[in-house]
Amino acid sequence: MAAAEFTTPELQDFPAIPALKPDAMAQSKPFVASDKINAAIGFPGELVPDWEQKAVGRLGELLKKYRSLKVYLDACVHCGACTDKCHYFLGTGDPKNMPVARQDLMRGVYRRHFTLAGKLFPKLVGATELTREVLDDWYKYYHQCSECRRCSVFCPYGIDTAEITMAGREILDSVGYGQKYSNEIIGKVHKIGNNLGLPGPALADTLQGVEEDVKEDTGVDVRYPMDVKGAEVLLVTPSADFFAEPHIDSLIGYGKVFHAAGISWTLSSKASEAGNFGMFIGNYEQLRTIALRIREAALELGVKRIVVGECGHAWRVAYSFWNTLTGIGAGANDPFAVQLQSQLDHRHKQPAHICEVTWDLIQRGALKFDRSANDHRIVTFHDSCNVARASRMGDTPGGQFEIPRAIIRAVANNYFEMAPGTTHEATFCCGGGGGVLTDELLELRVKGAMPRMGALKQVADQHGVNFLATICAICKAQFTKVLPYYQFNRGMVGGVHQLVSTAIRLGSND
Amino acid sequence: MAIEVNGKTYETDEEGYLTDINEWNEDVAKLLAEQENINMSEQHWEVINFLREYYNEFQIAPAVRVLTKAIGKKLGPEKGNSQYLYELFPYGPGKQACKIAGLPKPTGCI
Repeated sequence: MAAAEFTTPELQDFPAIPALKPDAMAQSKPFVASDKINAAIGFPGELVPDWEQKAVGRLGELLKKYRSLKVYLDACVHCGACTDKCHYFLGTGDPKNMPVARQDLMRGVYRRHFTLAGKLFPKLVGATELTREVLDDWYKYYHQCSECRRCSVFCPYGIDTAEITMAGREILDSVGYGQKYSNEIIGKVHKIGNNLGLPGPALADTLQGVEEDVKEDTGVDVRYPMDVKGAEVLLVTPSADFFAEPHIDSLIGYGKVFHAAGISWTLSSKASEAGNFGMFIGNYEQLRTIALRIREAALELGVKRIVVGECGHAWRVAYSFWNTLTGIGAGANDPFAVQLQSQLDHRHKQPAHICEVTWDLIQRGALKFDRSANDHRIVTFHDSCNVARASRMGDTPGGQFEIPRAIIRAVANNYFEMAPGTTHEATFCCGGGGGVLTDELLELRVKGAMPRMGALKQVADQHGVNFLATICAICKAQFTKVLPYYQFNRGMVGGVHQLVSTAIRLGSND
Repeated sequence: MAIEVNGKTYETDEEGYLTDINEWNEDVAKLLAEQENINMSEQHWEVINFLREYYNEFQIAPAVRVLTKAIGKKLGPEKGNSQYLYELFPYGPGKQACKIAGLPKPTGCI
């Protein structure tokens, strides 16, 4: 694939603040969505003639709708705490990839149109008109943010750049200047049921193949069922789990866990996708419509529990937003939400992360492992940003960090942590999250992976780490692509449930 | 965007994927492969033909696992793995092979 040439950054001891390289990434932008792609999801087909007026108008609406956005645009004192916290800034040196500069692209326009000082004395307060140049900068640099929220951890005011990026993308979509990758995927979810565009019969064929493989490997009939009414659990997982490597190895692991625990479960051909790119583009209506598929599937199948597979942003949407969006979890009060509430078994967390399910079963002694089966692996864990900074697992603070690690320790003998400051709530993004996992942004993705790759190299050198475990489909795909740029084997990334799958004892548990 | 083969013009998208899958033929595939710096061998054709057969049945490219299994059956178990496919299609068997086969680009978190 003829991508533009670029140089992979050299790995340095963390943290290294790069020399500024103005406009180093000014050429980086994703393909613009075509009129066909936009029309399919109700956005203007191409940049509308009166875009300036419309964009400022949409910003005004968002300011009214989301008080957080206004607070974030008002509160920044330019202290600089965020400047060296973004993996894209660290990897590219482009000053516009400092979180504060990314915010300022919108803050200038906000001040010009929505503050008194900016209306009267624009130059004194850094207020700017929304010129075509500024709009293009929005398009470029709001697609050089993975909405990972690492910067917000270090901001003394808690300003969340991801929300500003989301607002930026929402405004761009509202004037017909959206991104092809995300918008095409959203169209596929509506039309076919998942981000891949995998139709029901193809999914059924793939699952049948997985059943055959597992039987061949283990001698046990583990089922990977689809659309089974009356199953206890509906598993919603990223469609990459059906399609890509290493993703599918975690799918195999989920099935083995349910099998070993004797829990009946099903996938749904209607809700064959956990991911929700509506969040990435900051569009509430898309976010909600995509989430509602899962409620419809749960009601149709009559399940008692809803479990989410290894997908970072899906777990954010599920944990933080499903309650009011869909009534999975308490909050919504429309008739379907109430119906779903009465259907679900509230002795279990609703929704639950697959890691919560597995860890609960391990603690109750319902699963048995042969940990030595993973002895060829020396494992480290990469916290995925949306799980780490936008959700939780279990009943105690930090459960989203501890539970995946506890599972790994239960199924593998060799585990090492990467450097503090690169994990837990300060984890570095894989470099491909938030809707930038597309080929034309490869340079951004490789450079943005640099901080994570540096931390990985340390544990690879010191401890011989050869397996990077993660619980996110984007992380898995991104690392598979970028690891070779840093002289790592692409096959060293995999899922937590891939490790579970390797070590779990099926059949007789004696 | 477009490419020209034997005097005929074929439309592609921004990324070089053929817009109309039905327009595909072997000469088009050869040119698409050339643009990817791939010299089509018999082994490459095995993969491309399987992709097209699978697509005709299911309207999607096969999962990597389905593909490796099928290739393993046809060409021997030592070739039924993704490493072998990466040797044939270095950018990644999913996307690069789909492009040469004239199929739409697989999307999502892959």
